[in-house]
Amino acid sequence: MAEADADTAAPASAAGRPPRPGPGSARRAGTALLRVLVRRRELSIVLVTVAAVIYFTAAGGNGFNTTNNYHIVMQYFAPWAIIGGAEALLLICGEIDLSAGFVFTFTPFALTSFYDAGATVPMALIGALLVAAGVGLVNGLIRMLFNLPSFIVTLGMGFFLEGMSYIQSRGEPVPPPIGGGLQQVIGGWRWSELIWALAIIVVLQIALSATRYGVYIQAAGGNPLSAAESGIKVGRVKVATFVITSLLAGFTGILDQVRVGSFDPTSGGNTTMFMAVASAVIGGTALLGGSGTVVGAMFGALLLGVINDGFNLIGVNAAAFDVVIGIAVIVAMLLNAYLASLRKKALR
Amino acid sequence: MTTEATGAGTGTEVIRVEHVAKRFGPVTALRDINLHVDRGEILGLIGDNGAGKSTLIKILTGFHRPDSGRILVEGQATRLRSVAHARSLGIETVYQDLALIDGLPVYLNLHLNKELIHRPLPFLRRREMRRLAREALDSVGIEIPSVTAEVGQLSGGQRQAIAVARSVHSEAKLLLLDEPLAAMGAREGTQILRLLRRLKQRGDLAIILIAHNYSQIVDVCDRVNLLQHGEITFDRRAADTSVAELLELVHAEYRIDA
Repeated sequence: MAEADADTAAPASAAGRPPRPGPGSARRAGTALLRVLVRRRELSIVLVTVAAVIYFTAAGGNGFNTTNNYHIVMQYFAPWAIIGGAEALLLICGEIDLSAGFVFTFTPFALTSFYDAGATVPMALIGALLVAAGVGLVNGLIRMLFNLPSFIVTLGMGFFLEGMSYIQSRGEPVPPPIGGGLQQVIGGWRWSELIWALAIIVVLQIALSATRYGVYIQAAGGNPLSAAESGIKVGRVKVATFVITSLLAGFTGILDQVRVGSFDPTSGGNTTMFMAVASAVIGGTALLGGSGTVVGAMFGALLLGVINDGFNLIGVNAAAFDVVIGIAVIVAMLLNAYLASLRKKALR
Repeated sequence: MTTEATGAGTGTEVIRVEHVAKRFGPVTALRDINLHVDRGEILGLIGDNGAGKSTLIKILTGFHRPDSGRILVEGQATRLRSVAHARSLGIETVYQDLALIDGLPVYLNLHLNKELIHRPLPFLRRREMRRLAREALDSVGIEIPSVTAEVGQLSGGQRQAIAVARSVHSEAKLLLLDEPLAAMGAREGTQILRLLRRLKQRGDLAIILIAHNYSQIVDVCDRVNLLQHGEITFDRRAADTSVAELLELVHAEYRIDA
């Protein structure tokens, strides 16, 4: 992606318009910064995140810049970043998964079910991940075969899985039946969730910007008709993305709840899903499809994690946090729309 | 009124349509269509709205099946089963919506669904695709500021040119253009016509062009066919007709005192 943009700076005078007379160098620097921000939408969110970190460092006494506090930020960041990255891919191809938060909730109980039925822990883990992937497959197939909006399909799937989680757990949290090295790897070690999050973000971003799959989801979301006329199997591409999202949501559920040390039927749910989608949107992914980045979603998750943690630290209550998130999502959308039009003008 | 202008020998014939008819319920879209196009030839197809031009194009692209008659592709009687089948035979269409993805750069649009990738790791060969895209555009003389520009940022004419270049890029034998100049200014339209002429000069391509602007038709086409009420009623070399004659032919039946 980065290299694709390398020589777009030149063609501004496509229509043969003469370049405007140069303004002052300060203004030119300002314009250059604006251009970079317009082109690399993730960058603006990075700047906002840095500002938030500086603010909470100053306002939060000595509490913010400590390893322990970073660990708390990580607990917000990691699940939102992973699921947000996957939701970014879905949004880019013009879909959304509202059930991802409940896949997060349900998948650990699928693991315990397999385990209770006599499977070894690794087998139960694989079984649970297959169940999670299967949920995505069902979401995607219903979406494509019956041409129902993914909003509705995954809303129903979310309720279904929420109920299943309570039935499976009888409403009680259970200790994860995982121990030893495997437990350390999948969430047990202090920073294991962070490592997973970063690794998954890198893989997803590479898939988006360096493979045919990435081109296809952008095409499928940007213009499904044109994509189909070009021979791209739009349905298959979208179903695959549903499967990826569900699989990662399920894996994150296990990861996060192994870290906590308890499989909890009240974990995850709509909050996790909304935070993931908000991360993607704040990170610059268009809700109507066609464009966006996984890295942007990661920075969106980081910003939300920093704000959430920082508000706790300086004693602002949770309700205020929701107010901020609400505003942030709407501002991000407005900014996206504004930047998109600016971008068109700048490059015409 | 039918006048048969002979094309070159059948050896260079890319497509021939014989007695093709098509009905949609009570509506007869095509009555009895006979036409042919040779390699290196541009056939202009004109006719009033509803004369059946689009139906004919959709039959040639494999989208509709004719009720009767036959189609010969390079001399072989062929049933075009689907758009993909027609495309595999080298019949490419530039759709009116152009089938471009606005959010993707020019070079990815040119390679859409035919992306080049590395082996064994399946990463995109972006540099190679940029180079090939530049070559492909240069070879047909299309001027695009940068192959990395997003297609959505280009003008209508540039987008059209890219859609044409993409079709040609994929070893087309017959190129179908359905009103490529409809939504375009005179300057951009001229650029597309120049592009078509250059493609014709390569000599390996047959082109069918549907357009409403008869001066452009006379200008760029080798032959003109007039479609009226589902039949080809006029077939003449462009050099032997004129805009005035074409206008007269198309509008004669609507004259108030007729």
